[in-house]
Amino acid sequence: MCTTCGCGVGQTRINGKTIPARPRADEPLRFRPLPSGQAHPHEHAPSAVANQQAADTIHFGTGIAGTHAPGMSQTRIVKIERDILAKNNQYAAENRHYLAERGIFALNLASSPGSGKTTLLVKTIELLRDRFPIAVIEGDQQTDHDAARIRTTGVPALQINTGKGCHLDAQMVSHAMQQLPLQHNSLLFIENVGNLVCPSGFDLGEAHKVVILSVTEGEDKPLKYPNMFHAADLMLLNKCDLLPYLTFDVDLAIDYAHRVHPRLPVMQISATQGSGMHAWADWIETGARRAAAISQAAQPHDSQFG
Amino acid sequence: MHELSLAENILQQIEDAAIAQPFNRVITVWLEIGQLVCVEQESLRFFFAVVTEDSIARQAKLEIISIAGQAVCQACNRIFPVAAYHAACPHCGSYALQVTQGNGMRIKELEVE
Repeated sequence: MCTTCGCGVGQTRINGKTIPARPRADEPLRFRPLPSGQAHPHEHAPSAVANQQAADTIHFGTGIAGTHAPGMSQTRIVKIERDILAKNNQYAAENRHYLAERGIFALNLASSPGSGKTTLLVKTIELLRDRFPIAVIEGDQQTDHDAARIRTTGVPALQINTGKGCHLDAQMVSHAMQQLPLQHNSLLFIENVGNLVCPSGFDLGEAHKVVILSVTEGEDKPLKYPNMFHAADLMLLNKCDLLPYLTFDVDLAIDYAHRVHPRLPVMQISATQGSGMHAWADWIETGARRAAAISQAAQPHDSQFG
Repeated sequence: MHELSLAENILQQIEDAAIAQPFNRVITVWLEIGQLVCVEQESLRFFFAVVTEDSIARQAKLEIISIAGQAVCQACNRIFPVAAYHAACPHCGSYALQVTQGNGMRIKELEVE
């Protein structure tokens, strides 16, 4: 129906033809009387049909809006009102659902390059591989060195090379998850691209983001790169065995982290020397047991339908 | 660099919208970007122009509405504007803030024809 004058029957088509408007011959036209004998000239058709109009017809209703109002062009507003990363978040939600169903506890590890993520992972796997099946997704711009390092521990690892990309996204992780042998009630570590900026905005479907800061970096990294520290649920302060040789102020670093993310739990560890690693392994085990318990509680009790 | 991914995500949603409610050309895209979000607006404009080059949104104008950061202090419960995640409460000095606004980024609407 024409939204200007109310005539017509809209843009419904039957075999590509518009349904003709029915002039109501039996009713007097109250607002727009037409000269007698002239059909209602104002059939609403899309622009493709407009080309077939007689050359002497000026038609204001053929645009996409199907109408015309003085002073307004044929443009219209389409409301979107969605998060820019809605697609990524949708993949992330699917990943999270997949992981939750299988009781898989997934962690997304992010830090600057060189903070010791891969060494930390190797040592963590050595601590936990007798307790849980483990799989690893490695993200780097180039090379599969990290995945190769992980594979020497005996757990399956898949390398994602992002090429020019600066972070992993949920769709990449979804592809990787399909290719990995993921077992029920297991651990999945996702080592993000070494970058404290971009990975903060991309949900991968993990249970927690873990940010790693090493004491060979500056104490003020949490202030310089606040988004990652704000998004994380746990901060690991790595390479603490080197503290005697450095001027790094641990309390100041933790204070800065807490300015950005109040009450962010912090663990001081040394992946190479092993200090703090048992607390970290226990934290993972607690989360993994909870994920497994939740997935079991969600399973239907009668297996005849399962 | 992740502005490139954001631009690609924006274009993807525009193309989805074009299928749902057909239009031929995008004239203007309105975004709402929170001031606390890690997005460099000039970079986003550059990549948006690059990724939309051969698309329905070619030469579309990008209008970015900045949404000011806002937080509530968990110590004194007052609400105030914040410019950064590490800001302190201007009333009581606490860093225990909960950000309530300015940490999102959305495509608001499109002007199309």
